[in-house]
Amino acid sequence: MSSVSVLARPRAPRAAFGQMVLNEARLAWRQPSGIIVGVGISVGLLVLFGEISVFQQSSARLGGLSAFTVYIPILAAFSIGVIALVYLPGPLVAYREQGILRRLSTTPAPAAWVLGAQLVVQACLMVISILLLLIVSIVFFGAGAPKNPGGLILAVLLAIAALFTIGLTVAAVARTSSAARGIMAGAFYPLMFFAGLYYPVQYLPGAFQAVSHATPLGAAVQAMQYAMLQGFPPVAPLLVLAAYALVFGLLAQRFFRWE
Amino acid sequence: MRAQMMTTTREPQEAVGTPAVEIAHLRKTYGALVAVDDVSFSVAQGEIFGILGPNGAGKTTTVECAVGLRSPDSGTIRMMGADPQADRDQVRQIIGVQLQESAFPAKLRVQEILAEFRSFYRHPADVSELVEAFGLADKERAYYRSLSGGQRQRLSVALALIGDPKIAVLDEMTTGLDPQARRDAWGLIEGIRDRGVTIVLVTHFMEEAERLCDRVALIDHGRIVALDTPAGLTARARGGKTVRFLPSAPFDDRLLTGLPGVTRVEHQGQHVVVTGTGELVNAVILALHAAGLEAQDVQLDASTLEDAFVRLTGTHPNQEGEQS
Repeated sequence: MSSVSVLARPRAPRAAFGQMVLNEARLAWRQPSGIIVGVGISVGLLVLFGEISVFQQSSARLGGLSAFTVYIPILAAFSIGVIALVYLPGPLVAYREQGILRRLSTTPAPAAWVLGAQLVVQACLMVISILLLLIVSIVFFGAGAPKNPGGLILAVLLAIAALFTIGLTVAAVARTSSAARGIMAGAFYPLMFFAGLYYPVQYLPGAFQAVSHATPLGAAVQAMQYAMLQGFPPVAPLLVLAAYALVFGLLAQRFFRWE
Repeated sequence: MRAQMMTTTREPQEAVGTPAVEIAHLRKTYGALVAVDDVSFSVAQGEIFGILGPNGAGKTTTVECAVGLRSPDSGTIRMMGADPQADRDQVRQIIGVQLQESAFPAKLRVQEILAEFRSFYRHPADVSELVEAFGLADKERAYYRSLSGGQRQRLSVALALIGDPKIAVLDEMTTGLDPQARRDAWGLIEGIRDRGVTIVLVTHFMEEAERLCDRVALIDHGRIVALDTPAGLTARARGGKTVRFLPSAPFDDRLLTGLPGVTRVEHQGQHVVVTGTGELVNAVILALHAAGLEAQDVQLDASTLEDAFVRLTGTHPNQEGEQS
């Protein structure tokens, strides 16, 4: 024992986490499909909708809002959803398949750090996308500034937490990266439907709206929209998001395999 | 010479202090499958210790338990005196591991992977020196995916050493390398040991074990079937040496079977094969000469570690190698 006890601080230095974040950021930049889809598509669609004049007209069916205004939180939810569900589990499962997590497990750096580093990079992409959506809509298309920035930040954080834990649960149960992609593609499109990407939720019958408000991306849209246009979001969607984060957080923790 | 230092005449503990690796009665099962059954061995500091055996024999499970990737069902493991499960943080500081089939992200550059792994350790090795020694100096800016198999393998071993470990565990280090790259890798391993690193080498290349290892544990069906120096194992496999020759005239076998040290006399066509120990060649030739006979076409059969492997496990190592 004496030969190892001289090492006073056996854990990896904190700077190691910074190195991991740096390398994960490099990977995100060099394999930019996550950036292109997670940031580019939502901002691109926003600009497109902003240029369509009918989208700028207020509509009675949307409660006096314009389609453009309604789509801002929907596109924000799209960014969070597509990054967490499509671009998070794939690489994570691939790290497991390629033995990278195992290899890390033999070093002083916990393998969980590389997972944390990926979450940091992906969360940054989500935040960048949402900031771009807000800035572009305000500066170029005359949208108003968010009514309740604090409530919006809370809604965004809860939405990120809920979607990350769902993505991690998929990464936990999927045996292969192609299986992860399959599960995610199957889950992502229905979730986006209930978030109103294809058709604003306000147009749907009441029963569909109730389902929408119980889905993670639907609740995220509801909370973000309220914070952008009216004030501090209602408790219901915030609780829905928190509940998803809690339940899937526990599931991911329970089922995550490092090899 | 190294091998002789490690023979049983001298206790390794007395010679070099705490054993680098000490495994006692290790057992690991996966469901009904007993992967490792009562494996015990100890590796002295500075030793190159080989673990040999057919596929599925339990070699990888043994080293995975040793480095803390798997927890044993029973038995004890000490790495420089520390338990890889209970003292996992300490153990991870002093070991460097190269795993079978481990890759790195395709779009990271060699220098970026090295920088990340270097950051894990408080007292890392000199990276530029490692890169130089492993012939990766002109590849530092290359993406991982553009490296050849040999370069990837060298990077993997370099990463196992980047924390300046006391014990390096290398699993199938040279599998997939061409013969020249394999010989280069052997040179590197000898260089690592010369820095005082203890090396546990899992391999199925007999030539590799013979060239590098001070001692070898031969594992089959989860058990150690032999543990000796490569030379000792080789001798044991044959029960000694063999001399093969063409006698100038037929003779009575009893002429040779009565000699001290001779264990067996066989006929292969015109040739006679004598198995035994000691100064076998001299004894045989003198006995024939005394009987007025001559031995022609004399061959002393140098039996190899490969023979030991085949004899002790009943499988051929190279067949195994191609399967994996």
